[in-house]
Amino acid sequence: MAIEKKLGAATRDAYGKALIQLGKTNPDIVVLDADLSKSTKTALFGRQFPDRFFDMGIQEANMVGVAAGLASQGKIPFVSSFACFLICKTHDQLRMSVAFPELNVKVVTSHGGISVGEDGASQQSIEDIALVCTLPGFVVMIPADQYAAEKLVLRSAEWKGPVYIRTGRPKAPIVYSENDSFQIGKGVRLREGTDVTLVANGLQVFEALCAHEALKEKGIRSSVVDLHTIKPLDQTLLLEEAKRTGAFVICEEHQIWGGLGSAVSTALSKEYPVPMEFVAIQDTYAESGKPDELLEKYGLTSPYIVKAAERVLAKKAQLGRV
Amino acid sequence: MQKLVNIPDLCAKALEMRREIIRMLGEAGSGHPGGSLSCADLLTALYFNVMRHDPENPKWSDRDRLVLSKGHGAPALYAALALCGYFPKKELVTLRQLGSPLQGHPDMRKLPGLEASTGSLGQGLSIGIGIALAQILDKKDYRTYVMISDGECNEGQIWEAAASAAHFKLNHLIGILDYNKYQLDGAVQDILNMEPMAQKWESFGWNVCEIDGHNMVEILEALEWAGKQAGGPSMIIAHTVKGKGVSFMENNNDFHGVAPTKEETARALRELGEK
Ligand SMILES: Cc1ncc(C[n+]2csc(CCOP(=O)(O)OP(=O)(O)O)c2C)c(N)n1
Repeated sequence: MAIEKKLGAATRDAYGKALIQLGKTNPDIVVLDADLSKSTKTALFGRQFPDRFFDMGIQEANMVGVAAGLASQGKIPFVSSFACFLICKTHDQLRMSVAFPELNVKVVTSHGGISVGEDGASQQSIEDIALVCTLPGFVVMIPADQYAAEKLVLRSAEWKGPVYIRTGRPKAPIVYSENDSFQIGKGVRLREGTDVTLVANGLQVFEALCAHEALKEKGIRSSVVDLHTIKPLDQTLLLEEAKRTGAFVICEEHQIWGGLGSAVSTALSKEYPVPMEFVAIQDTYAESGKPDELLEKYGLTSPYIVKAAERVLAKKAQLGRV
Repeated sequence: MQKLVNIPDLCAKALEMRREIIRMLGEAGSGHPGGSLSCADLLTALYFNVMRHDPENPKWSDRDRLVLSKGHGAPALYAALALCGYFPKKELVTLRQLGSPLQGHPDMRKLPGLEASTGSLGQGLSIGIGIALAQILDKKDYRTYVMISDGECNEGQIWEAAASAAHFKLNHLIGILDYNKYQLDGAVQDILNMEPMAQKWESFGWNVCEIDGHNMVEILEALEWAGKQAGGPSMIIAHTVKGKGVSFMENNNDFHGVAPTKEETARALRELGEK
């Protein structure tokens, strides 16, 4: 039985909404954008709080430095642009001016992943998670749907120190509900099974839930874990899952190198190695197309997760860990 | 902290600062003498006369802020901070040692009085803009000073910040360009010529003045002038001499990033009037 796909708001819309809420309750919140405020949804904040909104023009590097200066004076700056531009252009500024001095800057990008769609590879971000994860002290997150996005943006404002949140362009299938709560660094076990654990974040969480149903029909019992926070990683939850299922499929809308898969496999190979499969972008750039077509072509939809689960179960059997 | 009002006192303080810079670098065995010595007079004027600040209370909310964007000039800033009383002078010789708060380049988490962590060139002016925007949001009156260098102006981010500061009409933001004509690989005019420098800043919308960055009278006048400008940020282009004060370091770019030997240290200190 397939689960119902109900599209909610895009996670970037949830970001825009959360910013308004933050703006109302916290006078220290300031927002900066690099001429993409209509797309990242910071324009909503800009309309309501013009004095605390700075459109910096197309100057990502300067924007990050300015945010650092604001943070050094006790403001809580949220800086936004597309994930590819902000993160790729300003790695040095994020390093020198934000991560190293441990300043309280919140970097929230939109248009993460390849589900950007028609605009094509230059506007799609497949490297951002890897890049930000290399910066010591940065929290790194990808929320799955509008509810997770809104709550995690609110949480990020309470967190002391640099945070990166990637949001997406298309409407995201609903995974959660209004009343669910989220904690930075704590994964969410959405399904519990004994055979294999499907770990995912962002849009991949819904795909993993679909895969869970398809696997159930084949008699395979899977756990589904939403690891919205890649850094710091929820080691406790991962270890519990590794010990219970002994096999992982890690699903992400990101380049296979340096993303969620790398983080989880690093953590588990140290503590409790289990066979793994990776559903991710296989070291290539994508192209123009409809988001759904791209996710399909680049191997990120639920049938690929099902196949990966079957492969990892075969490996597990070979290792005699059935 | 006692403000110095007489020119001779300020000049004597600058000389003392240069001696500290040489001692620190000699002791550390590495670091950047040339660009530290070139900005010593400017920093002396700022810390001992112009800036409102309180070494007893480094986080005083009304203080003037200074960002050393040319982070490799850290020894000069450390010397200024120590001589002002932010930390004991004897700590200066721990420069660059394991565990010292005096990191090779400024680390704001480790030392009181530092407003930014720098060392990757090109970023400090943007940070200064952020501080100046916070000053406006907080309805404060303080000034934000950013010390940049000429080679640093090769960086695109400097010009992003130049446009940005003018756009936001940050008249409490004051840039000071330590224009010592050299960068790492050679003379700025040979590596990447930035002339006409003054016109560049003017055309970006800055109030600009040019001074001799070793003439204390001109420095004080320029800082006073900058403090009065309205309608936009100001840039003081200070023409300086790299290695200023030590004969064998002046305009000798071998001392850009090489510390003096023991003998050179002793010779330099004698030249700088060590008794
Ligand atoms: C982004 C970056 N690139 C390279 C360096 C290495 N570096 C340190 S100092 C320097 C030359 C700086 O020249 P200038 O800005 O003119 O400073 P000054 O002459 O006053 O020492 C270079 C290239 C650096 N610190 N940051």
